[in-house]
Amino acid sequence: MTIQIRNTDIGRRGFMIGAAGFTFAVAARLPFEPAEAAGKDVALSPWVTISTDDTVAIMSPAAEMGQGSLTSLPLILAEELDADWSKVRIVVAPPNDELYKNPAFGYMYTAGSNAVTAYFKDLRRFGAQVRKVLLANAAKHWNVPVEELTTEPNVVIHEKSGRRLSYGEIAAFAEVPARAPEVAESELKKTNQFRLIGKDVMRVELPQKVNGTAQYSIDVHVPGMLYGAILRSPVEGGGPDKVDDAKAKSIAGVMRIVPLPYGVGVIAETPWAAFDAKEALKVTWTRTGKAWGFNSEKALVDFAAAARDISRPAKLWAKEGDAPAALQTAAMVVEGEYRNDLVYHAQMEPLNAVASVSPAGDACELWCGVQSKTIAVTVAASALKIAPDKITYHDMLMGGGFGRRGHRDEEYVHDAVVLSNVVKKPVKVMWTREDDVRNGRFNPLSVHYLRAGFDASGKLIAYHHRKATDEVTAFQDPVRFGRQNGRDIIAFVGIDAAYYAVPNRLAEAVPQDSGLRTSSLRGISHLTNIFAIESFMDELARKRGVDPATFRRELVKTNPRALNIIDRVAHMADWGKKRDGSALGFTYMNYSGTQIALIAEVTVDRGSGVVRVPKVWTALDPGVAVQPDNVVAQTESSIVYGLGFALWERITIDDGAVQESNFYDYHVPRLNEVPEMFIEVIATDNHPTGVGQMATPLVAPAIANAVAELTGVRLRETPMSPERVKKALG
Amino acid sequence: MAFDFKVNGKAAHSDAPPHTPLLWVIREELKLTGTKFGCGTGLCGACMVHIDGKRAFSCQTQVSQVAGKAVTTIEGLSADSSHPVQKAWLAERVPQCGYCQSGQIMSAADLLAHNPKPNRAQIIEHMSTNICRCGSYQRIVRAVERAAKEA
Repeated sequence: MTIQIRNTDIGRRGFMIGAAGFTFAVAARLPFEPAEAAGKDVALSPWVTISTDDTVAIMSPAAEMGQGSLTSLPLILAEELDADWSKVRIVVAPPNDELYKNPAFGYMYTAGSNAVTAYFKDLRRFGAQVRKVLLANAAKHWNVPVEELTTEPNVVIHEKSGRRLSYGEIAAFAEVPARAPEVAESELKKTNQFRLIGKDVMRVELPQKVNGTAQYSIDVHVPGMLYGAILRSPVEGGGPDKVDDAKAKSIAGVMRIVPLPYGVGVIAETPWAAFDAKEALKVTWTRTGKAWGFNSEKALVDFAAAARDISRPAKLWAKEGDAPAALQTAAMVVEGEYRNDLVYHAQMEPLNAVASVSPAGDACELWCGVQSKTIAVTVAASALKIAPDKITYHDMLMGGGFGRRGHRDEEYVHDAVVLSNVVKKPVKVMWTREDDVRNGRFNPLSVHYLRAGFDASGKLIAYHHRKATDEVTAFQDPVRFGRQNGRDIIAFVGIDAAYYAVPNRLAEAVPQDSGLRTSSLRGISHLTNIFAIESFMDELARKRGVDPATFRRELVKTNPRALNIIDRVAHMADWGKKRDGSALGFTYMNYSGTQIALIAEVTVDRGSGVVRVPKVWTALDPGVAVQPDNVVAQTESSIVYGLGFALWERITIDDGAVQESNFYDYHVPRLNEVPEMFIEVIATDNHPTGVGQMATPLVAPAIANAVAELTGVRLRETPMSPERVKKALG
Repeated sequence: MAFDFKVNGKAAHSDAPPHTPLLWVIREELKLTGTKFGCGTGLCGACMVHIDGKRAFSCQTQVSQVAGKAVTTIEGLSADSSHPVQKAWLAERVPQCGYCQSGQIMSAADLLAHNPKPNRAQIIEHMSTNICRCGSYQRIVRAVERAAKEA
């Protein structure tokens, strides 16, 4: 099992299923030394090449940021191909939307925990098609009916005569049809026939992640490479007004100071010279842009007013029945308000990229870690006003993504391209951690106002949710925002809690326009929505005097998968058993089809306001679990991320500028703060759904619900910092 | 000024200014990129190396401070990923994005070098110096326990 990064050798071959004559315009290379196949290769499809030495090369179309798609996507194809995994080489797919697009987005973009979900069907079909081609070739070779043939990993077998041909042997004489064979659903493997899916193969790049050889863009060295740093305007939309660069220029090794519309760039011979010069720049900024004067604490008050005042304009998100009318006639109405501060991604690798613009400015090599490689190519090509095929793209691992690297402008890639273009030499532009925080693009502030109505019999008959927040997609990806006709999925999806049965439902987006840089972040809109919704459900259950788990059960009673995981997690945590000095909080959600329920145990120190979370239990049903242990790992990861959001993580803005700067004033969870986690993956035969972030949104409401159980006090604002908890407890 | 020291058993030399963080000398001059830049302030541990056998934040160590000393980076921990901590890290499938893991492994190797049989509380205390944003913490504890057992 090796990773092959260079696929230029694949490009020279002439025939592939469904793409006759296609050659790769852009060579994708990753910084792994490929184990070249020893034999002659036959490209059987744009996805699969089989070598006469029996090596099977499979394209991997998604970006790898720690979630495991580099391995899990080719694994799905290998399953239906019946490939011998030890002979598989994973090849990172080059930037080519037509061939390798994420079917859910229409371009190569890894986000939303949907890679396996979106590619699953196609990858199985591609694998099955190649297997059929191999079978047809073997049948012809032996002159036997194809129906008499079967496969074992990398081998076609004719049981009657006892003959066997390896895939590599077939590659030596294989003829590839111009059109891919049809594959009926019934021809695909049943889940109980899987040899690879559900068996936990080693993630392909993991060995390189324990010995320092895994390559991220920050690790790239190119002969003659220079170093770049950029001082950006502290406020979005601002630019340099007066620049005093005398001191910066005097630093040894500093070569160029580059004024940019949004900041000032430095190019130097060494990274330390670049960083020192950036610090030495004295810049005053134009007060252009909307966010000057913005204060995040004050804004929350304004957002709350907009959310609570139901006469204020809103965009209709979802409607069922007539919730306002039902609230009028309800026997009992309950309302709740929940607030969320800005949150920073804090991926461990500060943003960076390496670009090398040719002396004539007519071509560019690019090394970067991005959630969309075709966007990176477009960004570079547009910046240089050259054709995309003049960009040679090198795919790099990402030291974390969490949504930060999926913006339409990929500004840190742009940074490297523009600075390289100034000197026509390779430039590595690195952001410091302080740059990464201050130039952050954040999960936006939000205030949620919810109302619910019960009829006289105690049945929930109305649900109304108004969320006031910035429209994230408008900033993050104006192209997508346009395509969605202004419907901002990143900011609002899920506010309707459509999986809970309520006859009258109204969900309203109350868009704000603060001018801040905003972004999707792990958990996306659900991160804040679910804090509101699951806290509110807990309040409703308590008002009704119904057990919170039972209350959810009632609302999902037609969904057996939901009931199963609710019951499972309750069993795991011994829900209902009173604790001494601690208490449990219950949550559930249907996250894009993944059923997940989570219980947190908390203790509260009333004197200091410190909330501790000794244990968390989670059960989830993601359908088919392609890599079950990785599902567990992703869930652990999701819980830790959610813990930071719940208890500590907070960006504050004053006069439009970020006030925090590094891990001393932006607290992310450490080992001594994380709970013991008990996770059960309940794999079912359903189409696989996401696993990369599903627990994240549940952690904060589970903690808040547990605190309510323990103290009787409802916490309504994230992060639930000691100061806030102390204040709430009185 | 020029500074001579050892890195992974071999002689190393830098002409960088004395205050230059060792991190950048290791990464950009010596091109040993397994040691990572995470925060530049000694808060995350991605830059962890061993200096004369003890863990140290290479971002907080000036190149002038290592003159005459022996530095070990992840590349020098073993030639073939055979250090018990590296083996345990793979066995427990600790890494996700992997960016912090060189530093985590160097911290864990330092712990076991000085305390071969740490208890759980000691592991948690020692390893809380390093941040993993992917939250691989539960596996880190398991891997250190495994390495201690199998070493």
